[in-house]
Amino acid sequence: MIAAADRKLALWNIGVAYVAFLIGTLAGLLQVFIRNDKLVLPAWLDYYQILTAHGVLLALIFTTFFIFAFFITGMSKSLGAFGPKVLLWNWIGFVVMLAGTVLATVMIVSGKASVLYTFYAPLMASGWYYVGLALFVVGSWIMSFALVGHYMKWRKANPGELSPLFAFMTVSTIILWIIACLGVVATVLFQYIPWAFGWVDTINVELSRSLFWYFGHPLVYFWLLPAYMAWYVVVPKIIGVPVFSDALARLAFILFILFSIPVGFHHQLMEPGISNFWKFFQVVLTFMVIIPSLMTAFSMFANFERAGRKNGGKGLFGWFTKLPWKDVRFTSLFIAMAFFIPGGAGGIINASFQLNEIVHNTLWIVGHFHITVGTPVAMTFMGLTFWIIPYLTGRKFSKTMQKLAFIQIGTWTVGMILMSTAQHILGLLGAPRRTAFSNYNNHPSALEWFDGILTNHVTMAVGGSILFLSAMLLLYIVIMSAFISPKAVEAHEFVEFPLAESDKQATPKIFEDWKVWIGIAFALILVAYAVPIIQMIQDAPPGSKGFITW
Amino acid sequence: MHLHKYEKIWMTFGIAALVVFLSIVGVSAFSHEQHTPAGGIETIDPEKVKETAPFNEPGVKQLDEDTYQATIVAMAFAYEAPELKVPVGKEVIFKLTSTDVVHSFTIDNTNVNMMVVPGQVTTKSYTFKEPGKYLILCNEYCGTGHHYMFAEIEVTEE
Ligand code: HEM
Ligand SMILES: [Cu+2]
Ligand SMILES: [Cu+2]
Repeated sequence: MIAAADRKLALWNIGVAYVAFLIGTLAGLLQVFIRNDKLVLPAWLDYYQILTAHGVLLALIFTTFFIFAFFITGMSKSLGAFGPKVLLWNWIGFVVMLAGTVLATVMIVSGKASVLYTFYAPLMASGWYYVGLALFVVGSWIMSFALVGHYMKWRKANPGELSPLFAFMTVSTIILWIIACLGVVATVLFQYIPWAFGWVDTINVELSRSLFWYFGHPLVYFWLLPAYMAWYVVVPKIIGVPVFSDALARLAFILFILFSIPVGFHHQLMEPGISNFWKFFQVVLTFMVIIPSLMTAFSMFANFERAGRKNGGKGLFGWFTKLPWKDVRFTSLFIAMAFFIPGGAGGIINASFQLNEIVHNTLWIVGHFHITVGTPVAMTFMGLTFWIIPYLTGRKFSKTMQKLAFIQIGTWTVGMILMSTAQHILGLLGAPRRTAFSNYNNHPSALEWFDGILTNHVTMAVGGSILFLSAMLLLYIVIMSAFISPKAVEAHEFVEFPLAESDKQATPKIFEDWKVWIGIAFALILVAYAVPIIQMIQDAPPGSKGFITW
Repeated sequence: MHLHKYEKIWMTFGIAALVVFLSIVGVSAFSHEQHTPAGGIETIDPEKVKETAPFNEPGVKQLDEDTYQATIVAMAFAYEAPELKVPVGKEVIFKLTSTDVVHSFTIDNTNVNMMVVPGQVTTKSYTFKEPGKYLILCNEYCGTGHHYMFAEIEVTEE
């Protein structure tokens, strides 16, 4: 077990994450029923208000707090207990993040910020919504720096040594996050806040969109890398093998830092203000992340095969049946990975320049992120939750709990297959995303979308309802593990943090020379962004004043 | 750092596939103007849209024998464009801008899917292959009436 003070910190982060999860999934449930006209909202509540809450609370709040809980636990486990300064700054960061969360949520609930989690100008929310988001990011930075401080102390005490793999990956993810947030901080601080409080009259819309997406794409890697961490270091331990290759694991993370930032224009392929040259240039850079993704896929399968053979699996695929399927910590993460195969393939389509025309802003995109962040990432976090809370509270994770956990991930899988398949197909047919119920005045084209076996008004609602039940079951498991399950007494009853051995003997030292990688990252960002951003500022049209259209 | 033999094969194959794929995407996009997505770098004063050509006279105009231009103003929650009627098989250049927030101009069953950003003019060229009445809708969130923002374009036989 790690130090008590560190455990408390991690548990508070998990607690906030799951409160956000509760409200967020409830919003999701409402959405599926509003979209098919089965639910009519009272006048004080609006579809887009709910959708804003869903996006913000699940994609930003749930993920980030959970990620920090995972980092805190793993950093304390692999580098030793936090000192008083690291603890203090972590708590300060946590409180700032929480204050930002509460402020932004209050603004959404009171109807002053129905601008969705992307808050595109010139839709103008209350200035306090943007202040809330800024506090959230600043709080996450404070926590990040506190963790980096803990890491630096370890490096100083162990000169010339590579850090443990978990710490290396945490620091990579934090570097990615800090560089990514520069864009959103710049636009919120220098564009949105002065404009929303009326200190300036207008906003440069195209610039704000580009700064947002400079942040928005690496944001998805900020969700994904902690899931990859679990796949790289937790899964091998559960299945009983060491990390496949320490060097390749580190190299993959470095490549993710380099190639996930200078690529935001792939979210802006259909819009004016950016020349085709720069759009295509960033599309090419986008595809470079395929390289570390393939490396990751290889490592995962290599792990499975080694483990399966060790347990007596024979023949080309015999090892597959010998994996520990009865262990929910493994099966949950395996399902998460399996979802990422169609998820990643869909991503390739989305980013493919002209193919994007067919799917941009359709329900396809909604289907896509529910089988990337909504399942691979979220289900990895569920799989971690099953052991990390008992690990932190010293409570037991009983057989009954394990059974419930299996039901939980099983229902999430079924619900998500139903909902996301319907969304993918509806999107290909042309149904738009981010819309309350509408049949476009009974236009035949619109009626046709909902005519299919999987694309009728029922499938998505059934899927969404199953998902919601699954979410509630998860919350039951969370509460039991946090407060109610009996305390472990005997040694074998304690739940462990599965952390695989990683042999770093053959790993080049340069992999941990951050100056080099941060330098290259900024060089790539300059190449990809400097010219188009300067053009956006120099050739800017007169700015836009704010609009409140909700 | 040691690479497993299978890993070398896997990565070589993967990277080769990537290069081929990107070349296809790039060549097919840039070899033919109609295949580039909506865009353009023309700007406009969002407060003066109705005084600025061509948006002072929205609607369909014939430019030459084989080309038409459809000029449309998007606003919450409608498209201003009288009589959207174009012939099949002719190139139509859509030009859009917005007087307020960001919208889209999306024609169902085609690959016309344009983001309409205030201060900018979005252009997309498209040739309809089938006559009929096509649904136009906004797929970028623009406010409470977002899901009621739609129109229709009629594509006529020659
Ligand atoms: C109970 C489970 C869930 C249900 C029923 C659900 C349902 C939905 C639906 C129907 C939409 C589309 C709304 C529209 O475009 O009009 C949506 C959007 C979205 N969902 Fe979920 N979802 C669930 C869980 C999640 C999870 C776990 C995440 C991420 C961690 C997530 C992230 C998002 C995001 C980012 C959006 C886009 C919001 C926007 O367009 O602004 N959802 N969800
Ligand atoms: Cu992206
Ligand atoms: Cu709209």
